[in-house]
Amino acid sequence: MKRLNLKSAAAALAITGSLAAAAPAVADEQFVPLLVYRTGSFAPLGIPWADGKLDYLKLVNARDGGVNGVKLTYEECETAYATDRGVECYERLKTRGTGASGFDTQSTGITFAVSDKAIVDKVPVETVGYGLSQSTDGSVFEWNFPLLGTYWTAADVMIQDIAKKEGGMDKLKGKKIALVYHDSPYGKEPIPLLQKRASMAGFELLLYPVTAPGVEQKSTWLQIRQQRPSYVLLWSAGIMTPTAIREAQASGYPRDKMYAIWWAGSEGDVKDLGAVAKGYNTVTIHNSAMRGKVHDALKQHVYDKGQGSDSSGSTTLGTIAHTRGMIISMLQVEAIRTAQEKYGKGKALTPEQVRWGFENLDLTQQRLDELGFGEIMRPVKTSCADHTGGDWARIAQWDGAKFEVKSDWYQADKNVVAPLVKEAAAKYAKEKNITPRNCAG
Amino acid sequence: MLYRENGQFKTSYRADQQIFPIRQDRILIGLLLAVAFVGVPMLASDYLLRAILIPFLILSLAAVGLNILVGYCGQISLGTGAFMAVGAYAAWNIGVRLPGMPLVLQIVLGGGFATLVGIVFGIPSLRIRGLYLAVATLAAQFFVDWAFLRIPFFTNYSPSGSVSVPPLYAFGLPVQTAMQKYLFVLAFVAVFALLAKNLVRGAIGRQWMAIRDMDVAAAVIGIRPMYAKLSAFAVSSFIVGVAGALWGYIHLGSWEPLAFDLTRSFQLLFMVIIGGLGSILGSFFGAAFIVLVPVALTNVPHLLGLRLSVDTAAHIEHMVFGALIVLFLIAEPHGLARLWSIGKEKLRIWPFPH
Repeated sequence: MKRLNLKSAAAALAITGSLAAAAPAVADEQFVPLLVYRTGSFAPLGIPWADGKLDYLKLVNARDGGVNGVKLTYEECETAYATDRGVECYERLKTRGTGASGFDTQSTGITFAVSDKAIVDKVPVETVGYGLSQSTDGSVFEWNFPLLGTYWTAADVMIQDIAKKEGGMDKLKGKKIALVYHDSPYGKEPIPLLQKRASMAGFELLLYPVTAPGVEQKSTWLQIRQQRPSYVLLWSAGIMTPTAIREAQASGYPRDKMYAIWWAGSEGDVKDLGAVAKGYNTVTIHNSAMRGKVHDALKQHVYDKGQGSDSSGSTTLGTIAHTRGMIISMLQVEAIRTAQEKYGKGKALTPEQVRWGFENLDLTQQRLDELGFGEIMRPVKTSCADHTGGDWARIAQWDGAKFEVKSDWYQADKNVVAPLVKEAAAKYAKEKNITPRNCAG
Repeated sequence: MLYRENGQFKTSYRADQQIFPIRQDRILIGLLLAVAFVGVPMLASDYLLRAILIPFLILSLAAVGLNILVGYCGQISLGTGAFMAVGAYAAWNIGVRLPGMPLVLQIVLGGGFATLVGIVFGIPSLRIRGLYLAVATLAAQFFVDWAFLRIPFFTNYSPSGSVSVPPLYAFGLPVQTAMQKYLFVLAFVAVFALLAKNLVRGAIGRQWMAIRDMDVAAAVIGIRPMYAKLSAFAVSSFIVGVAGALWGYIHLGSWEPLAFDLTRSFQLLFMVIIGGLGSILGSFFGAAFIVLVPVALTNVPHLLGLRLSVDTAAHIEHMVFGALIVLFLIAEPHGLARLWSIGKEKLRIWPFPH
């Protein structure tokens, strides 16, 4: 009898399951794929990021009932930061619904692999604060959107902040600046820009690659101890970050001379270290260390109803990485909204139409205030030629308990970055036989 | 009943020595090839082709290559990922530096470079055996990883150190959609599997097996260990190199050394062990097991209508997958290929087992 019950319960479960899957197909829906890594050595970074992305989509559905009535559907797919799994996820999700609205792959490696496929499949790839730095050039990279900033932005901002502390770019002459980086395309991205800055300002750039996943850094920090660079730029992720800070402590390197890329600068990276990490600097994309009205809205509409992705409500919610996740989803949603204005409000869009939305994003300060991101971001305006749309950043510092925004707004120096972008994009176009679009017309 | 060879008389040596001496097998393989070449492209979805069948075929090919070395010649290698990487990067460099080189030739030449590297790293096998050799081949893995990460020449001075391939054409035809890619890979795999099968049943294959079973005895009966071992390394790394080039060119399209790291080497070794050492067919079984089971496991909770969070699903997948490997190896230590042949034996006498 008991067995029978179980069976019928299972059957009922299956039926409700299939019903639930079939029912919402009536209304228009827009599918957003979520590539995440909640497992593996990058999970400390991946979990808050994934929660943030998910939470904002939940918020839009709960508060506004979707985008102009089009409900957002979403599905997470675990990549564990592995390229081949990421490709599998991409292939699985790209045709869901009316087509995937845009892929935020959360990994430089997966971005490289997916970028080639996206051209053929006509799916936008949004890489907020990562990916190929030269993909800013929308005339070559039609489907890539490195919104809000690239690694070249971050590296340039770090150098600018260092120069400010030292009292001017000319003071950097003869100094040593070290880059400790994850030995992968992710970590290598800033090198061309730093080399250029080094030759312009006359400082010496020391390169210290760390083999993935980055738990073994003794020899690197020994070298740093010998070379005594004035500053250390840290291009790490996941487990590599706390390891680097501990090694810095062990070798007596001052933490306030360390500058970390945004992926290494969230509460999860330093919280357990507490006072050890005091003084540790991180560059934040736009002003993501800030809290905005969107956090209140999220609490009211999602977390108070017990729908939040962060089950404890305090582990990831409110961290920089979580806020950044929300920014990414917000840009995705706004791209959909922009595209709907052109292709029909309240309609589900194809990925190609969403791409147009990404390319014609215009988030004014007023619009950002409405969305609750007024303090977190500066206005963003993309175009055919510029797929980044405003690369602002600030420096935040860990005071032992929380991150505090220390610097004013910085923007990457166009005179330094733009020629590099142009050069690298042209090289890419040549390798791939891409004829750049004419953005003037 | 169905699977019985009664009445199939061999009247010539040729007939007796063919790959599939039993008629039913020949029909089955013919059908399988027909389905693979005609049926699958017509019916399979883009997802099935791109995310499942293409990686399965390419990894099968790599497993065939590794099986020649480990299964037939008895030389344990942990450098498979490295040889794949050499194949992929060599093919890419040839493509970049010699524009106009046909795609097929690029891939085959990539395999050629992998052969050279394979022979170099095979030299220690002349002196050391077993686990010690495994450690020596591990050096290949680390050296190659290092070389492609740190020597900018190999990536054509790409700033990020990752490389990507332009749109592909073979014999004037595009290799871009899922179906075209699938057929391209399938043709490679079919040809190389046939080649490997014929090699291992020929004189050289027998030499390899003699070395595997007891190298001193093999040397006594006149087999040159150096020639046999190095040829196994050469053939194996050639096939593995071709598979690597296909993995980079067809499956990933753009890659970094991480795509061919130590995990890949282990993955291939597990394929060969689970599939069956010393069996070409086993390589395919092993690849199928390692590629398909995780994908199936991620999709199972979905099909059942269970709403698991992805990290829980990933953890469960790891556990179930591990348990399955242990289970299969307890049930049949000689791998899936052995299970298959036991099944065939049973079928032969069915329905009258005695």
